[in-house]
Amino acid sequence: MRYLPHTDADIGEMLSTIGVDTIDDLFQTIPPECLFSADLSLPGPVTEWELKDLMTELSQSDAASPGTSVYIGAGSYDHFIPASASYLLSRSEFVTSYTPYQPELSQGTLQAIYEYQTLIARLLGMDVSNASLYDGASALAEALLMAVRITKKKTLLLSSTIHPLYRRVVETYLAPTDCTIEMLSLTHTGETDITSLSEKADCAAVAVQSPNFFGCIEDMASLADAAHGNGALLVASFSEPLCFGLYKNPGSMGADIVCGEAQSLGIPRSFGGPGLGILTCRAKDVRHMPGRLVGKTVDREGRRGFVLTLATREQHIRREKATSNICTNNSLCALASSIYLASLGGTGLTELARLNYDKTEYLKMKLKKAGCAIPFSAPTFNEFVVIMPDGFREKYSDLAARGVVAGIPLERLHPALDNHYLVCVTETKTKEDLDKLVTEVTT
Amino acid sequence: MKPTMGTSGLIFNEPLLWEKGKKGRCGASLPRRDVNEAPIARKYLNDGLDLPDLSEIDVVRHYTRLSGWNFGVDTGMYPLGSCTMKYNPKINEAVAALPGFSNAHPLLPSGLSQGILRMMHELERHLAEITGMSAVTLQPAAGAHGELTGMLLMHAYHTSKGNPRSKIIVPDTAHGTNPASAALCKYQPVPVTSNSDGILDPSAIADIMDEETAGIMVTNPNTLGLFETHIQEIASIVHKKGGIVYCDGANMNAVMGIVRMGDIGVDLMHLNLHKTFSTPHGGGGPGSGPVAVQNFLEPFLPVPRVIKKDGIYSLSDDCPQSIGKIHAFYGNVGVMLKAYAYILTMGGPYLKKASQLAVLNANYVKESLKDIYDLPYDRPCMHECVFSDRNFVDNKVTTLDIAKRLIDYGFHPPTVYFPLVVHGAIMIEPTETESRDDIDQFIAAMKSIAEEAQADPAILHNAPQVTKVRRLDETLAARKPCLTG
Repeated sequence: MRYLPHTDADIGEMLSTIGVDTIDDLFQTIPPECLFSADLSLPGPVTEWELKDLMTELSQSDAASPGTSVYIGAGSYDHFIPASASYLLSRSEFVTSYTPYQPELSQGTLQAIYEYQTLIARLLGMDVSNASLYDGASALAEALLMAVRITKKKTLLLSSTIHPLYRRVVETYLAPTDCTIEMLSLTHTGETDITSLSEKADCAAVAVQSPNFFGCIEDMASLADAAHGNGALLVASFSEPLCFGLYKNPGSMGADIVCGEAQSLGIPRSFGGPGLGILTCRAKDVRHMPGRLVGKTVDREGRRGFVLTLATREQHIRREKATSNICTNNSLCALASSIYLASLGGTGLTELARLNYDKTEYLKMKLKKAGCAIPFSAPTFNEFVVIMPDGFREKYSDLAARGVVAGIPLERLHPALDNHYLVCVTETKTKEDLDKLVTEVTT
Repeated sequence: MKPTMGTSGLIFNEPLLWEKGKKGRCGASLPRRDVNEAPIARKYLNDGLDLPDLSEIDVVRHYTRLSGWNFGVDTGMYPLGSCTMKYNPKINEAVAALPGFSNAHPLLPSGLSQGILRMMHELERHLAEITGMSAVTLQPAAGAHGELTGMLLMHAYHTSKGNPRSKIIVPDTAHGTNPASAALCKYQPVPVTSNSDGILDPSAIADIMDEETAGIMVTNPNTLGLFETHIQEIASIVHKKGGIVYCDGANMNAVMGIVRMGDIGVDLMHLNLHKTFSTPHGGGGPGSGPVAVQNFLEPFLPVPRVIKKDGIYSLSDDCPQSIGKIHAFYGNVGVMLKAYAYILTMGGPYLKKASQLAVLNANYVKESLKDIYDLPYDRPCMHECVFSDRNFVDNKVTTLDIAKRLIDYGFHPPTVYFPLVVHGAIMIEPTETESRDDIDQFIAAMKSIAEEAQADPAILHNAPQVTKVRRLDETLAARKPCLTG
């Protein structure tokens, strides 16, 4: 077995150094009745070549091959990833290391995470970013728990335009606590309805997402004013950060905590994970923040270096009084997003975001011309809701069977939105692809 | 100093990204514009981004140089206790990156994602077999996330019986994530001390277990690297009061194919695919922390569940007692693929052999060093052993000094100052993928460091010396936080 380097002679000599006769003798502290006497019923062992064949076969039964055409976003986006970015990300010094507990041996990871924290803080207009969380949904849950710690209040107002799967994760995290969740409804333009906000006193946070689940851009400045007017924090979530290449970021419009999912910044979709949970806050709130933080310092000779810092917030020091239980996060995904942002640069990101916007608007315009309705009037990014012609449901399945997935039906997630579909376009789709899609869905 | 693995070579200084950018460069190929610019609402637009512009080679050199400042399992022995830094097979990276997996959208109709669903379904079954449990969820994204899921399951179960209960027993040897996970479910951790053998005494559990206590979180083998010999009796005490036995499976690498927790009284446990099942640690994730449960807890598992009916795989939300969702989609599928590939490659026989050799390596280190380094619990260990710095107190040499000196010898230091029950703990987990030759070099380095500690402690106080930076001022970093540039 190529992963196990011991020869029989090694094993014999090591046992004799230890002073036992057999490997089984090493397990003498385990009571005999606890030992598993059978053989594990598992397939294998397989050779490398058998494994490759099997995995190739499995991968080919998924609709992700070049022949298929998928127009789904909803929290997971198809963007081009430069070959150089994937190549750099496979450097084994990054891949096979762990949490940088020993900074002298981990300056590569530490500087990269410090740069990540900086790039993300700048992209979102915030003061501080942590070193990453698991995904956008758990980041929102952690952001809300953080708001509760900061304000010492227990009621949370969530917009119904937040990704419905994120809301479900929040509900799970909050179930054992004494916090209550109230919902803000959806306006006819596709945005969060803030008219009821003034009646909701004593809230820890108002949480919104922009672009929201329907792709609509929220009026973040008004939301911030309304939240602050109530003494609540504004928690701004997102699932498509490429948007901030073009649109104003939530930090510049008054959000207090900004969190979200950054899979779209250079991370493959991988059936929903691993992605990249982002959490950022204002400098004054950093001691309430969960997760790892990298800080700049100097070594004994005064040279610049980086360390994990403010660890007194964390579980390995504070145990049950920690700001969170998180330990392993999604560090390599954070690195992926930094490499991606560095490769595109500010100028490239703006240009790419604009291209995504223009392609989406093109499809929107074409669908409208072909007789589909666009129900929400708010500006969008990458995604929008379309009302398909009557009887589209059957056609949707037929198209899917041919590898064309024309968005996702919203009825299951939002029962009122019968025959509404959420469609996503990115730079990976050409004008020809979009023209073909319009023809497919409308004829 | 004798020739050692660690030496210094040419590495490069490298500025921060924004110290080297120049406006007007771009390191990525932008797709062709084939549509016209569309009108846009000005009031929401930004005025440009404050991010550096670099060319492709700038970015490539930047990260290549940074990677040279890092140490990984591929660089050398990384005996970081409780983290199981075993070799990460390269074929697993290759198969997980196949386009059919990496490009799969999570909300594809299940008819278009049969391959991934089959992998998930089979991985659940394999983990159930290895743990002796009936059902598994793959949704938790890391070990601590698995612990939280476990606590939520416990909370939901007790709530369904009429009382969520308010306390939970957590041994003093537990990882910090255990009490922190329990606290997220508002469980008050009740500490229990281990006995003079470093393990739990059933009588200590019997004294505190009551009907307000939801259960116990036990790490087995524990963080001293010792098997909890009385686990069955402890489980029976907890069960008699209606409690649940949770096992932190961080240390499962010691017992694959040797002990199945489900057979010996454990109701609920998490696994770390990035430890036991060889997926890379990535500088701090992504990991994956599946949770395995006995039959009676299955109805509470997170949704969606992967189900198989008439040979077709699908996702089901039809679980009315479920705790809900703990990840936006299904967890870290990219990590699951690598663990699945590992299990198939190893099969039952080599998984068992891996555990046997992990335990052999740890006992070999323990026996080879125990005359020189203080070994607080001198018992046969499992996959790791814990020493202390007690023998060097008179020389004013601490665990930290020993750890830093190991770097000069070319080794990643062990876990230090954990578990908390050992003052100045040095927790060594070699893993099975280290050869005897490499372990002998590590032992020789530890012996040489012990000699230096007696003869010339300053060498240790000044370590490390061959690294790019020397010891860093952590107090300054915490007192005046500089978290962005």
